[in-house]
Amino acid sequence: MAEEVLLFGFWGSPFSRRVEMVLKLKGIEYKYIDEDFSNKSPSLLKYNPIHKKVPVFVHNGKHLAESLVILEYIDETWKDHPILPKDPYKIANARFWAKFIDEKYLSAIWKSCTSEGKEREKAVEETSELLQFLENELKEQKYFGGETIGLVDIAANIIGYWLEIFEEAFGVELLRKEKFPKLCNWANEFVSVSAIKENLPPRDKLIAFLRNRFGVGNASK
Amino acid sequence: MAEESVKLLGYWGSPFALRVKWALKLEGIQYHYVEEDLPNKSPMLLQYNPVYKKIPVLVHDDKPLAESLVILEYIDEVWKQNPLLPIDPYERAKARFWAKFADDKCVPPVMAAFSKKGEEQERAAREARENLKTLESGLEGKRFFGGETIGFVDIAAGWIGCWARMTGEIIGINLIDAETMPLLDAWFQDFLEVPFIKEFMPPQDKLLEHCKESHKKF
Repeated sequence: MAEEVLLFGFWGSPFSRRVEMVLKLKGIEYKYIDEDFSNKSPSLLKYNPIHKKVPVFVHNGKHLAESLVILEYIDETWKDHPILPKDPYKIANARFWAKFIDEKYLSAIWKSCTSEGKEREKAVEETSELLQFLENELKEQKYFGGETIGLVDIAANIIGYWLEIFEEAFGVELLRKEKFPKLCNWANEFVSVSAIKENLPPRDKLIAFLRNRFGVGNASK
Repeated sequence: MAEESVKLLGYWGSPFALRVKWALKLEGIQYHYVEEDLPNKSPMLLQYNPVYKKIPVLVHDDKPLAESLVILEYIDEVWKQNPLLPIDPYERAKARFWAKFADDKCVPPVMAAFSKKGEEQERAAREARENLKTLESGLEGKRFFGGETIGFVDIAAGWIGCWARMTGEIIGINLIDAETMPLLDAWFQDFLEVPFIKEFMPPQDKLLEHCKESHKKF
């Protein structure tokens, strides 16, 4: 039976890129539709009337939203190159960190980039504490998933690639090599994996997009 | 399974700890319960959950786990007597989606309606009602999210009915409208009537008193 696999995404979004990374990792063929934020397609609104956001994943007519929910669905449906371990405790641990990343990191990074003065200092401090948790969690492993990429690595794509771009676009320093050597190493390894590398938005295009959309140009360091 | 190998750190008034108690009861798991004094968190709690420093924490064979929805899935995977999640991957994904929706979109506005005043409170109450109405669509006309019996989403979100009603009573704004959300209203009532659910609900008068006290602080 021919599978119909669709993904509605946005080229710059780490959340829709997560889904593409896993689809690539597992060698799944799919059709990609890039959404324009200011003009969301009727299909997107039909498939995700609740959140009206990307990514939206459609498999043989069954639609799903929320990137981490989609990732687990993909992992349960296509069993090659699993992104979750077998041991229930390790699975739970992976879910914990993926959830933590989603709940805490983007808003802290965003605040660090877009606030000023004392507020920025506080946000940078908070981001640093959050990064320390992940630095510690890596232990001596190559990836959060161990020897191969797993759910947490994919969820941490924000830190693996987008963080450096935010730093450049907004003139803020968050992931310092002296303070987070393991995390910096991990980020280099992460973006070198071919399934990941092929799914990263072009750096300059993303920096320009962020600066244009969020009116940066005169942000002070 | 020996009681000592499963430990739950919780708080009597916490709906998140309640979720875990319900799941443990459903699976017939014996466990040692530790009541935390929340203003004075124990060193054990801080050691087991250094990231969030919150309850509930489940400790199984000395391995700690935090975040109630993560704990529920773990319980489902380790003890298989009464599955919480369906087998079909798409149904599982929908269940995860709705549990997350309840946590991300229903709980915060109910809490905001409780703690804010004036225009902010009215806005939060409106948002709570809208999102609860959306949650109703996830029922897909069924009695419970799990179908004829309780499942993952029921345990994750069923408590909201009781808390939202209590909040509504305290702030004087109705959050669950039986007319515009008849299925959700019926579901909340049916859920709270399930014997093992009812057994673990904290005493309503004690809970109401506790909520009223908290409300005074705002």
